[in-house]
Amino acid sequence: MAAGVAAWLPFARAAAIGWMPVANCPMPLAPADKNKRQDELIVLNVSGRRFQTWRTTLERYPDTLLGSTEKEFFFNEDTKEYFFDRDPEVFRCVLNFYRTGKLHYPRYECISAYDDELAFYGILPEIIGDCCYEEYKDRKRENAERLMDDNDSENNQESMPSLSFRQTMWRAFENPHTSTLALVFYYVTGFFIAVSVITNVVETVPCGTVPGSKELPCGERYSVAFFCLDTACVMIFTVEYLLRLFAAPSRYRFIRSVMSIIDVVAIMPYYIGLVMTNNEDVSGAFVTLRVFRVFRIFNFSRHSQGLRILGYTLKSCASELGFLLFSLTMAIIIFATVMFYAEKGSSASKFTSIPASFWYTIVTMTTLGYGDMVPKTIAGKIFGSICSLSGVLVIALPVPVIVSNFSRIYHQNQRADKRRAQKKARLARIRVAKTGSSNAYLHSKRNGLLNEALELTGTPEEEHMGKTTSLIESQHHHLLHCLEKTTGLSYLVDDPLLSVRTSTIKNHEFIDEQMFEQNCMESSMQNYPSTRSPSLSSHPGLTTTCCSRRSKKTTHLPNSNLPATRLRSMQELSTIHIQGSEQPSLTTSRSSLNLKADDGLRPNCKTSQITTAIISIPTPPALTPEGESRPPPASPGPNTNIPSIASNVVKVSAL
Amino acid sequence: MNFRIVFSNSVKNNHDSVEDELEMATVRHRPEALELLEAQSKFTKKELQILYRGFKNECPSGVVNEETFKEIYSQFFPQGDSTTYAHFLFNAFDTDHNGAVSFEDFIKGLSILLRGTVQEKLNWAFNLYDINKDGYITKEEMLDIMKAIYDMMGKCTYPVLKEDAPRQHVETFFQKMDKNKDGVVTIDEFIESCQKDENIMRSMQLFENVI
Repeated sequence: MAAGVAAWLPFARAAAIGWMPVANCPMPLAPADKNKRQDELIVLNVSGRRFQTWRTTLERYPDTLLGSTEKEFFFNEDTKEYFFDRDPEVFRCVLNFYRTGKLHYPRYECISAYDDELAFYGILPEIIGDCCYEEYKDRKRENAERLMDDNDSENNQESMPSLSFRQTMWRAFENPHTSTLALVFYYVTGFFIAVSVITNVVETVPCGTVPGSKELPCGERYSVAFFCLDTACVMIFTVEYLLRLFAAPSRYRFIRSVMSIIDVVAIMPYYIGLVMTNNEDVSGAFVTLRVFRVFRIFNFSRHSQGLRILGYTLKSCASELGFLLFSLTMAIIIFATVMFYAEKGSSASKFTSIPASFWYTIVTMTTLGYGDMVPKTIAGKIFGSICSLSGVLVIALPVPVIVSNFSRIYHQNQRADKRRAQKKARLARIRVAKTGSSNAYLHSKRNGLLNEALELTGTPEEEHMGKTTSLIESQHHHLLHCLEKTTGLSYLVDDPLLSVRTSTIKNHEFIDEQMFEQNCMESSMQNYPSTRSPSLSSHPGLTTTCCSRRSKKTTHLPNSNLPATRLRSMQELSTIHIQGSEQPSLTTSRSSLNLKADDGLRPNCKTSQITTAIISIPTPPALTPEGESRPPPASPGPNTNIPSIASNVVKVSAL
Repeated sequence: MNFRIVFSNSVKNNHDSVEDELEMATVRHRPEALELLEAQSKFTKKELQILYRGFKNECPSGVVNEETFKEIYSQFFPQGDSTTYAHFLFNAFDTDHNGAVSFEDFIKGLSILLRGTVQEKLNWAFNLYDINKDGYITKEEMLDIMKAIYDMMGKCTYPVLKEDAPRQHVETFFQKMDKNKDGVVTIDEFIESCQKDENIMRSMQLFENVI
């Protein structure tokens, strides 16, 4: 029952009195109105904008949020109003729905924002009124296409290690940007298509005379050369076709597809020519087949997106094209007939029959006007002029439709490409922002550790570098720290200053991917004894920390870079490193880590259990990285991935 | 009554064209002041407010024409065809017979039906049945009314509606009401017979608390 009509129910019930005298039996009792609540105004506060309406208005639709008791969850006792922390603009439409029974979709609103709001309020989008439904559906379709597009491109970019060889090959064929090999293949085939087409064309050019005979086309003069070229091209095409056939996910569908048919048609003449003997009659037919070689040019459509769009447009405008053809045919027949009969009288007229007049009509309607056939009678000239005028009209009408179709599809494609390009930049910027937040954590950690170190070394109070962090930040950092504790891993503090003076970092570090790679490359080149010197500190902090880390991996020693012990530890480390090269470094046993006293300094935590003692214990068992391969640490948390065990390093991404 | 008519207000019945609706839409009607209505009817101010809000929501122009009336009424009886009965009802409400039910007419009718005395209600019912308003209910009029009421039920009933059920019903009615057996029922006969029937008297009180 429509919403507004509910207001008329009292009237309908009252009108029922008209039945009473006619009735033969007693009437049932009326339902009692138990809560005879007077209609009251309720206040809906949506992000500060207050809407007010009658309670009964909202109760018209009891299966939505506002109409049911669900809104009680949002009731604010202090202000005696219902508070919703949502968009007030969209709420306007929602409330109007209750009032008028019609849901409208404002055009300026984003479709997904609108959908979200409707979902929140429990309203089905299907009840959008007719006035706005079409617009809504269009926008929704566009959005879905865009999402699909994005998903597709995402899928293409993800590395799916589970792809079989065949699937990778197919992907390489379809999308040459996936790998270098594919790109090379793409360009090679493109080149050969061009070569093939050009040879077909040049073959027929007259090439100068051989003395003693008439002028020959190039194809016959240098037949061997052309034959070799042709063979080479055909071989490439055959190989490509067979490879595609092998890689196609559905071979039957591939064989039926247009491109493959074109491929086949383009290379068949060659093979037929090979098989053919030099029989005169047959070779005549064979020459005709060579025409099909020109279809190779369609292979370029794989290389050009514009061509593909054109083809797709033509396909999608099939009905308009059909109409154009039909109307043209009608006009041609009409005018040809008229012209024929008009010119029948004149002598030596070229309009010998109606089909012969077709040629005149076509030439005139398309405004070509060759002039090989012209009307001579006055009637003929009159009708001829009418013919040319109407030709312009008939052709001009369907063309804008096709053009607009092409334009729409083309721009859609452009938008898709633009989105993909923008996406990369956007993601990069988002990543920078994210590393910013992780840097904040590291920053605070550094500050905390600095404070510790200052206490340790007893240096006079230096500037407290820590800035005051907000409560949320400190809670977040606490969370990250708990994660570190749980996993026994920790985030790398990459400050050179700090690494020299303080920091009790444990063995496995979380560091930035790029930084780590760079460091590893550098560190593998380094000569360890040379770094033993105090020049350590002068080295760019990154590398030293890294290599010390790396060698720490093999030694299981927690690295406390207190100046006094650092050199010694480095000595030990270096010797160890020479001994035990490239052991799987992942296999730091967590148990051994945990055996050492909990040397992770929590920021702001004032324990002074610095691991000086630990450093001085060269733990022999731990020194030699046991050849046993311990399982890598269990997945430390959602933010890390530990791939590439092959490279013996923990390659993790930042938070 | 304030009629503010912008364009010509010839209300053509049985003529649904866009221009017609536009014409109807340009007729603006504002009801009498609230105090006046309160005095004229038996409703309180608050009740009048609620009623008017519902009325105005459905008919922003301030008057209901027959088409809208039929539409609204048919919303309550989706299964059957209530247009005929709505037509009679409309005529009963439209006391000044100008083809439109304004808010005053509406309130007048409702006041009688919901807050009136039994006498008034019976009067109103008689007026409803008397289609040509000549003071007599003939068998044909009653048959029309009966058919209209049965039409509202629709086809899917149990037991299945028999062809002559309305006629039978009319006979029963006339037997009860027509005292002097002259084939018509006058207002006095009607009221008298109804007052004797307990069922009818009780059912008249049924809709007291609708608002």
